[in-house]
Amino acid sequence: MTAVSHHASREAVKDDKNMTTASHAAPRAWFDPALWLVVPAAAFMALLFIYPFLYGLALSFAPKEGDWLANYTHFFTTDNLWPTIATTLKLALPATLINVGVALPIAFKMRAKSRHQRWVTTILVIPITLGTVLIAEGLLTYLGPKGWLSQFLQYFHLYDAPIRLTHNYWGVLLSLIISGFPFAFLLILSYITGIDPVLARAASTLGADSRSQFRHIYLPLLAPGLAMCFCLSFVQAFSVFPSAVLLGSPAGPTRVISIAAYEAAFEVYDYSLASAIAMIMGFVQLVIVAAVLALRGVFYRGPVTGGKG
Amino acid sequence: MTFTRGVSIKRWFDLAWSGLLWGLMILFVVNVALMIAAVATNSFARRWLGTWLPEGWTTQWYTAAWKEFQLDSILMVTAQVVLAVVLLSLLIGVPAAYTLARRNFPGKRLLLLLFLLPLMVPPITYGIPMATVLYQVQLAGTIYGVILANLIPAAPFVILVMTPFIEQIDPNLESAARVFGAGTLRMFWYVLVPLLGPGILAASLLVLVRTIAMFELTFLTAGADSQTLVVALYYAVFAAGVRAPQSVDAMAMVYMAVTLAWLLIALRFVNPTQLVSRVKENPQPA
Repeated sequence: MTAVSHHASREAVKDDKNMTTASHAAPRAWFDPALWLVVPAAAFMALLFIYPFLYGLALSFAPKEGDWLANYTHFFTTDNLWPTIATTLKLALPATLINVGVALPIAFKMRAKSRHQRWVTTILVIPITLGTVLIAEGLLTYLGPKGWLSQFLQYFHLYDAPIRLTHNYWGVLLSLIISGFPFAFLLILSYITGIDPVLARAASTLGADSRSQFRHIYLPLLAPGLAMCFCLSFVQAFSVFPSAVLLGSPAGPTRVISIAAYEAAFEVYDYSLASAIAMIMGFVQLVIVAAVLALRGVFYRGPVTGGKG
Repeated sequence: MTFTRGVSIKRWFDLAWSGLLWGLMILFVVNVALMIAAVATNSFARRWLGTWLPEGWTTQWYTAAWKEFQLDSILMVTAQVVLAVVLLSLLIGVPAAYTLARRNFPGKRLLLLLFLLPLMVPPITYGIPMATVLYQVQLAGTIYGVILANLIPAAPFVILVMTPFIEQIDPNLESAARVFGAGTLRMFWYVLVPLLGPGILAASLLVLVRTIAMFELTFLTAGADSQTLVVALYYAVFAAGVRAPQSVDAMAMVYMAVTLAWLLIALRFVNPTQLVSRVKENPQPA
């Protein structure tokens, strides 16, 4: 009923507009004037998002010297450039798997709207808003050789050797978990609460316990959301930058691809090579995202709310 | 007999499972809290080497950090950037969200994809070509470059947050305004903007919190006198060898105080999940 009235009133608005435009010099009656409202946003995005991207793509094929593919051959034949892909994947894939894998059961457990759901979501949003730079500085203080964690482990004789969690791979992985886990959790929670609980209730009247509800109702319905969450978490982890510099060892085991791109642009001032690295980075992300989304196609697709019938 | 034993094993397993999940959650929260507490303690520490708590307390690191990092000018730049980004993203985003919520037109899906992309592609990937272009037109290194760069994720974010708010306003109200002779602009200003108040407030607070914490784009486009707080913090940590770690931690505390204050204000009006995803539940009517 509302849909009909909406439709009717929309028609009315349109008629009204047509009349006003017709009373003027009638500039193309088929063009809805409301479309002008979207023009600034579209023009802005075209100018600052699409154009730079295409410019970067073109620039990457116009190297300072050599033929048109010189940047790409340089990337794949230089010893401190091409391994950055593997280095980044080695950080991003485990971090994403841990984040999504742990967030899923916890979010499932908290799917019911309650007081502590509100509290947990509020607490978990804090590491996200603080951002990776602060997390890096915090972990340097907390995990450092004189930090509380090291003191705690030694005090209780859990681990007596000095711990090494900063300026290496583990520090960066931990920082990716601290910023990535809350993100994955909140995203999955918003997908799970979007699933109509009536479906699960129907299953439970037929005798399904919470585990089989999860397997047969929630998991299939969540598959698209999970795939999306995995992609977004992965893409964030893959572009790790500040913590890899501050908390890792940017010359060695955490020399990720964004460091290589940044150095090319702002230390060597070779924008052409930097654009090429950014394009390679985008391409690798695209491959992983495409693979995950293709995998998702195996699962159920359809509405996540129960019909009223 | 076997039946009851099966049930009790299952119950035991369920208990262990939820214990494990709660344990993981508590481990995470406690460690994050201790990490923040470590920064706070260090920023007030007189001397702190290998003991549980420092030998004495002082606030001298805050005055030192304030002078060393010229925090007053950095805070000024941060406020200018954030204010400009919030206002401009609303100015660009709200009208676009209106059209996307109310009209169907050829190419709408493509346009939606265009607005969704900057939120999917990480800032470092598109930031490097974008910074290159901004350097070509000599905007990078200035505050205007920083504002433009931060608008790229902010404007689409406003569109995504505002669209459901606009969808739930009855179009009859607009028709009524038009019947009484209001033009598009007057209709927008006197009918839509007041009704959209809660949505606009939510969108601007979310953009504000995200812009304060946006590191990558600001880092790639900022010059020496157009750094925001988070970029200044990065440089402070980066050059940590030169300065006392306490003074860097004092700076981190200032950053944290600014971010968390706005986060707390924002959380009064928005749901925490809105910071990471678009609104799922129906927004409260005005």
